[in-house]
Amino acid sequence: MAEEVKLFRNWAGPFALRVVWALQLKGVPYDTIYEDLSEKSSLLLHYNPIHKKVPVLVHNGKPLAESLVILEYIEETWKQTPLFPEDPYERSTARFWARFGDDQLMPSVFNVFIKQGKEQEEAIARAQGDLKYLEEELRGKKFFSGEKIGFLDLAFGWVANLVSVFEEIQGLTLIEHEKYPLLLAWIQNFIDAPIIKESWPPRDKLITKYRARIEFYSSKEAAKK
Amino acid sequence: MAKSEVKLLGAWPSPFVMRPRIALNIKAVEYDFLEETFGSKSQLLLQSNPVHKKIPVLIHADKPICESLIIVQYIDEVWTSAPSILPSDPYDRAIQRFWAAYVDDKFFPTMRGISAAQGEEAKKAVVEQVAEALALLEEAFGKCSKGKAFFGGDRIGLLDIAFGSMLGWLRVTEKTNGLKLLDEAKTPGLAKWADRFCADAAVKGVMPETEKLAEFSKVLMAKMRGAPPPK
Repeated sequence: MAEEVKLFRNWAGPFALRVVWALQLKGVPYDTIYEDLSEKSSLLLHYNPIHKKVPVLVHNGKPLAESLVILEYIEETWKQTPLFPEDPYERSTARFWARFGDDQLMPSVFNVFIKQGKEQEEAIARAQGDLKYLEEELRGKKFFSGEKIGFLDLAFGWVANLVSVFEEIQGLTLIEHEKYPLLLAWIQNFIDAPIIKESWPPRDKLITKYRARIEFYSSKEAAKK
Repeated sequence: MAKSEVKLLGAWPSPFVMRPRIALNIKAVEYDFLEETFGSKSQLLLQSNPVHKKIPVLIHADKPICESLIIVQYIDEVWTSAPSILPSDPYDRAIQRFWAAYVDDKFFPTMRGISAAQGEEAKKAVVEQVAEALALLEEAFGKCSKGKAFFGGDRIGLLDIAFGSMLGWLRVTEKTNGLKLLDEAKTPGLAKWADRFCADAAVKGVMPETEKLAEFSKVLMAKMRGAPPPK
C-alpha cells in the first residue's frame, strides 16, 4: 500500500516546523498543503492559550493534531533515525523540557517583546530565569539530545528560529552572550544543520510578519493601562 | 522491586497525583506515598521538582520524574510485564495523548473556572463551555472505546486515567454549584463510563469520596480568600 503523508501548515508556524524537521530527518516523503490562516495562527497568540493553533498531519487519511503528539507518532511509525532517547528516564526528561518550553518559556519570552516599562523589566527577569534552565541542560552537550539533533532540539527549535527575529524587531537582546554562551552555540549549530537549514523560513518575511504581530499585541497591552 | 525504590510525592485531593497512583496500581508496583502538608512544600519536593515545585513527583531509584502524564507514560514504559496503559497502535496512542493533553489544557481550567466565575452571567458562560468540552469528550469516548468499557478498551488506559482523575472535582463542582454536568441524557457514554471507572480496582482506593473532597474544597477556597480555615 502506498504511504500517503500530508502536512497542513502555514509557512511561518514554529509548531509546524517541528513536524517538517522530523519528517525530513527521517526521510519520510510527504505533501505540504499551505493553509492561508488568519492572524489567529500567529505564534504570539500562544499568549492566549485558548486560541492555540497547531499543524495537522494526515497519514493514510487519519488526521493528528498537536505538534508534540505528532512528533511521538512520527517516531513510533517511522523507526529510522530515532529522535527520542531510548532510556525511559531520559525520554521523560525530554518530554518534561518540551512541555516547559511550550507552557512556560514561550509565553515568558513573548511577554518580553510586547510589554513595556516595569512590566517589561519583570518579563525580562522571568524569561532570563527560564532560559537559564536551557543553558544548564546544554552543559557537556552539542545538542539537547546529545551528539545529534533529536526531539528536544526540534521542540526548542522556535528559540533558534524566532527569538532573534523578535530581538531585531524590538532592538532588545534577550539571549545575551555573557549569560548564554551554550545556548547561542546551540542556536548556531542547529541553524547550520543541513536538514534544518533547508526548511528555514525566510528571515525577512518573518520580520515583516512578526513586526505586525508585535505591534498589534504591544498596543493591546498599552491599551490595558 | 523494594518498596522504598519507588516513592510518590503527592496529596490525596489532587487529581494529578491520582494519576500515577492509578498507574502504579495497574502495574501492581508498591510505593511509598509521601504526602505533602497542605500549605507548605517539603525540602524533598523543592529538590525533586525545582522548576515547578509541584506534585506529583515520582522518585524511582532516586531519580525524579515530574508532570503527571509524563509520569504515567514513564510507569508504562518501565514496568512492561504488567498490563499496558497505552495501546500498541501508534495512531491510537496519539489519539489518547491528544485527548489527555486536551483534558489538561482545556477541560480542567474551564471546569475550575466555574467556581471562580463572578456573577450568574459569567457562571452560565463557563458552564456552557464545560458542556461543550464534555460533548467533545463524549464523542471521543465513542471513537476510542469502540463499544468497550473504557477509552482504553477492555481495560483502563491513559485517557481513562487522565480524564477519570478529574471526576472527584467534577462532582464537587456539581454539588457546590447545584449543577448536573455529567448528564445521562447529554453524555450517556461518559455517565456510565464514570461509574465503571470509579469502581475499578486500580481506582477505588485512590479516588477520594465526594464529601471529603467537598470539605477540603471549602478549606481551599477559604485559604484563597485569605480567611482563617474553618475548624
